Amino acid sequence: MALVLTEEQSMLRDSARGLISDKAPVSHLRSLRDSKDATGFSRELWRTFAEMGFSGLLVPEEFGGSGLGCVEAGIVMEEIGRTLMPSPFLATSVLAASALSRGGNEAQKAQYLPKVSDGSLLAALAIDEGAKHRPLQTKLQATRAGNGFKLNGDKAFVVDGHTADLLIVAARSAGAAGDKNGLTLFLVDPKSKGLAIERIAMVDSHNAARIVFDHVEVNADSVLGEVDEGYALLDGVLNIGRGAVASEMVGLSEEVFGRTVTYLKERKQFGKAIGEFQALQHRAAQLYIEIEITRAAVLKALQTLDADPGKAGTAVAVAKARAGNTATQAVQEGVQMHGGMGMTDQFDIGFFMKRARVCQELFGDSNFHADQLARAKGY
Amino acid sequence: MSDLEKFRREARAWLGQNCPPEMRKPMASDSDTFWGGRNATFSSEAQRVWFERMRDKGWTVPHWPTEYGGGGLDGEEAKIVRQEMAAIGARQPLTSFGISMLGPALLKYGTDEQKKEHLPKITAGLIRWCQGYSEPNAGSDLASLQTRAESDGDDYVINGQKIWTSYANHADWIFCLVRTDPAAKKHDGISFILFDMTSKGVSTKPILLISGYSPFCETFFDNVRVPKAHVVGQVNRGWDVAKYLLQHERAMISGMGERGVGRPLGQIAADSIGADEQGRLDDAPLRSQIASFEVDEAALAAAAERAVDLAKAGQSHPAFSSAMKYYGTELNKRRYEILMSAGGIDALEWESERSRGGARPRAWLRTKANSIEGGTSEVMLGIVAKRILDLPGA
Repeated sequence: MALVLTEEQSMLRDSARGLISDKAPVSHLRSLRDSKDATGFSRELWRTFAEMGFSGLLVPEEFGGSGLGCVEAGIVMEEIGRTLMPSPFLATSVLAASALSRGGNEAQKAQYLPKVSDGSLLAALAIDEGAKHRPLQTKLQATRAGNGFKLNGDKAFVVDGHTADLLIVAARSAGAAGDKNGLTLFLVDPKSKGLAIERIAMVDSHNAARIVFDHVEVNADSVLGEVDEGYALLDGVLNIGRGAVASEMVGLSEEVFGRTVTYLKERKQFGKAIGEFQALQHRAAQLYIEIEITRAAVLKALQTLDADPGKAGTAVAVAKARAGNTATQAVQEGVQMHGGMGMTDQFDIGFFMKRARVCQELFGDSNFHADQLARAKGY
Repeated sequence: MSDLEKFRREARAWLGQNCPPEMRKPMASDSDTFWGGRNATFSSEAQRVWFERMRDKGWTVPHWPTEYGGGGLDGEEAKIVRQEMAAIGARQPLTSFGISMLGPALLKYGTDEQKKEHLPKITAGLIRWCQGYSEPNAGSDLASLQTRAESDGDDYVINGQKIWTSYANHADWIFCLVRTDPAAKKHDGISFILFDMTSKGVSTKPILLISGYSPFCETFFDNVRVPKAHVVGQVNRGWDVAKYLLQHERAMISGMGERGVGRPLGQIAADSIGADEQGRLDDAPLRSQIASFEVDEAALAAAAERAVDLAKAGQSHPAFSSAMKYYGTELNKRRYEILMSAGGIDALEWESERSRGGARPRAWLRTKANSIEGGTSEVMLGIVAKRILDLPGA
């Protein structure tokens, strides 16, 4: 398959870009932050997302979705990255939609997927527990109780956990931390007894939640996929999320870079545009090259996720590692080349720097993914 | 089954039947590369068989027209041949500057006569070409070159000196930049001309490099007489041809280095350094370096694939090969720094049999030229800044 967008994909990009740049420029995030908005995103804009078919983009058509793939989800994520629009798209439309359509039984799919498609249900994926993304180290305990399970433990960095109508929770039902076997995914009602959600405003003015599970009871029907064998499902869903966040970072990097190059042409010192200085030209050129190469790696990963998801692990690790490094470089150069202006809250560049840091940590940073690649290659 | 799938199936079957097993192993030394030419010799019977089968199939250059001995394949089919060759680790049957540099320029700027004369000899490996571009005082500032071509009836008489002429001492013909109008502005008085290296007045002198090899030469022209019909493109417009050719040269250099074939770097390192109980390389910082190198290497491979696809879709920027040249060469230097570190003291042996005559350190030193030849990394970044980013005064 050619590593370029098809005509349909280009049209999708144009329509996503049109909507997002019009309704949610960076000033949208800024005003949500400044007003300390309790939701952290615009529900009205989310309804528009649903009307345009974006919320159900990955949901199969029989459940009211568009039945599109990861390349298309990546296209929307890239546009989100350009303006940093806070949106349930990642947590609900990418992660939950993938988990439910890949792991759900017919009843679960029929119950939830149409609501994901029409935008009426928000969901969140609860994976991380420690400071770093280590899904295999999952400790949150699921113990059998009667017909179901009891959940005990803590989750952190649950993106959009504060607004979720449904939580998808990774728990350890057998084995010890570090084991691939013994992980189970559960569908949990956030209003369940014993469950406490703390909304946390993060450095990037997006929201994540810390969630405490204290003897939370779930019944057997709430198991997503197979008991003790949830790792493959989880890993598959995480890979889709990684590809999506990598796309967001490509959009973010390109936007920061574009703004920076514009500034290099406008800002004058020593009687000339600072972009005339070779010291800056070469760094700008290096960053351009990094972004182009990362863009190719990310598209490769997304195409592989669609064509052969079981073999996408390496391509995804490459994409997420590259995207994290590139975004980090882009925002640092962005601030540095904007000089003192880049340090001001009034300028948007800082928002990109903060979001890039969060995207690095989401579902494994560059070091994590380089390590994954090394393991896959046997060293 | 689509036509392309059918083509892939046939290509796979043909390659499987025709590529000798010896030609599916990673190349071990320079002599494993077959360059063709009047004095060409094969280093093995398998090399000869493989070359001749591919030549007869038209696949020494699959995407050139069949009338010139190419395979007549379109971009999609040629990509399939490359992929299927890579899948079995098949070596290039023929490597030449005729294929990677001169050919594309001739196809675009050559007359029918020039194409008919030269292209079939390239695809058949009969003539080996070299490139006369750099001069002692025209390196990064190539357009300041001084080699003169003075008009004399139907001929030019050429005088001057080239330097860093790769394999000039083995080449049969040269494509050369010469100044045909000394009065014009420096980019405007240059012509692109072809001539036989056995012409009277041509001499070469190999330059000993830090690797101990002499792949580059000084090349001297002393009243060399060349018919005017050998100019490619318009007289005094040779810079257009030169730039076009450089794009192809840079694309070729960016692809240097045995990307993605053979054993993973991490395993090569583990061979000499060892691994811990979990199979992880027993040198954690080096392991991280290798992993991050392999991330970038895989990403560059995707970018190279994408560059071809963008060109096919008519969406590529003509200066993008400079971006790829920059990144590919810097990456190849990283590869060899890692290989040297992985080899440790074993990689320092220069003349022993165990080290195959110091193959690794010599290859390591060779890579240092990658970011100089064909335009330095700094020149590449300047081109990207000026032509792609449109930065002022670049």
